[in-house]
Amino acid sequence: MGVRRRTGGFVLLVNPILCDGFGHCAELAPDLVRMDEWGYPIITTEPVPLANLAALESARYAVRGCPRQALRIERVSDHP
Amino acid sequence: MISPDQLPRVLHQAADRPLTLAQHEEAFGPMPPSAPSLEQLEASGLTGRGGAGFPTWRKAKLIRELRGHNKFVIVNAMEGEPAAHKDRTLISANPHLVLDGAEHLAGIVGAKHIAVCVSRDNPVMVNHLQRAIHERDRRSMRGATFELHTPPWRYVAGEESALVHWLDDNESLPQYRPRRPHILRIGHAPVLLDNAETCAHVGLIGRYGGDWFRRLGTPSSPGSTLVSVTGAVARPTVLEVALGTPLHSILERAGADLDPQALLMGGYGGAWLDARHLDAPYTNDALGPLESTVGAGVIIVLPRSGCGIVETQRIARWMANESARQCGPCAFGLPAIAEDLAHLAFDARDAAAAYERLLDRCGAIEGRGACRHPDGVVRLVRSALRVFAAHVEDHVRGQSCVASRSTHHYTSVPTLEREEELIWE
Repeated sequence: MGVRRRTGGFVLLVNPILCDGFGHCAELAPDLVRMDEWGYPIITTEPVPLANLAALESARYAVRGCPRQALRIERVSDHP
Repeated sequence: MISPDQLPRVLHQAADRPLTLAQHEEAFGPMPPSAPSLEQLEASGLTGRGGAGFPTWRKAKLIRELRGHNKFVIVNAMEGEPAAHKDRTLISANPHLVLDGAEHLAGIVGAKHIAVCVSRDNPVMVNHLQRAIHERDRRSMRGATFELHTPPWRYVAGEESALVHWLDDNESLPQYRPRRPHILRIGHAPVLLDNAETCAHVGLIGRYGGDWFRRLGTPSSPGSTLVSVTGAVARPTVLEVALGTPLHSILERAGADLDPQALLMGGYGGAWLDARHLDAPYTNDALGPLESTVGAGVIIVLPRSGCGIVETQRIARWMANESARQCGPCAFGLPAIAEDLAHLAFDARDAAAAYERLLDRCGAIEGRGACRHPDGVVRLVRSALRVFAAHVEDHVRGQSCVASRSTHHYTSVPTLEREEELIWE
């Protein structure tokens, strides 16, 4: 494995068609996700640095905890 | 050969009946033996006429460079905008020019199939296209094969991913495409999708070349385009104008009210434009800074006697009903926005609160659907709040608005269907 490079950032993406507004992501990753008035997630659009391990872990929890499997983490390389 | 400075181009020799293949070839010259090169298309500077205004050559290049033996070219003549009549006019005038363009595009990208999509709710267009395709099939067996497809008429059915999904799976539902540009596929086969008017222009470029095409229009938006003018006009018309024509001369040619309150540009997902800007040239470059757009070539004229908020509310309510109800922010957000607009327009006691809610909800919905349908409504509502700001103030203060009690409206909206009656397949 070697040493993981912690440069770059990630974004959490939701497939709005799959999403049914269960709301688990807002519980599991409250720093990244807030809910709108109908219970659907509003996710921060600017990339979060990968070095922010707490945020990355919570994003992973959200991805795994989504009952509709609508969430995805995408790496963004151009983030400083 | 049509002279390069002459208008109309795509509506050349338009009559009450569509041109037959023989008449078409007499008027425009015979079909050239080979498709135009991609360089010709690039030199022409043609951009898509369906609303997004993406350069046609770049789209064609993207598909051309892909592998695949069964590529598709799709001609989009769905015309989802209720206020647009350009595809209908074009196909009732000259379906063969559109099919020529589709054949050229198939030649450029190496496609085997050409799927012409037209809504089944418009049997006249279906007839014209059926006839035209039959005429061509009798003449030649070479090249790509034509097929006619008739999805149901829905606002979002003409959206490219919905159309491709319909051909693939018989459901007119938009799809989630996180990465752009996204290559649409039917099965595994890559798809090039272009608006019917774009295809007609390609048909002309294939005959006369890219430099001929650039003789009209501006250097950054060359060529001519079809405009559907409705609202406060003597009679709703479709005109062919050179891009860059000032708006007031388009209105003049259409016989419209020359001292309007505002114009709705681009369609129901477009934006209101204040009538102060009537001198602006009709191009995306000039209208962009004014936060407006050419869009799908729709201009709706709102006279001084009309109420922009009521018109916007009517459109938003219909657009909310036309949502495919796949994404939460669209399925719940658009009816909420329509409701807020109704309160702003008709309910003086709640108008101030409704205005605040409207601003919040527009911000909350934007960019959160799989397709751009909710974004279009947000853009429309925001432009209405900006352009009619003074009048919004009157409504918020509870001053009576005569126009909002009138039953005469300038935007035409189809009757609302109940949710369970909407046909998607």
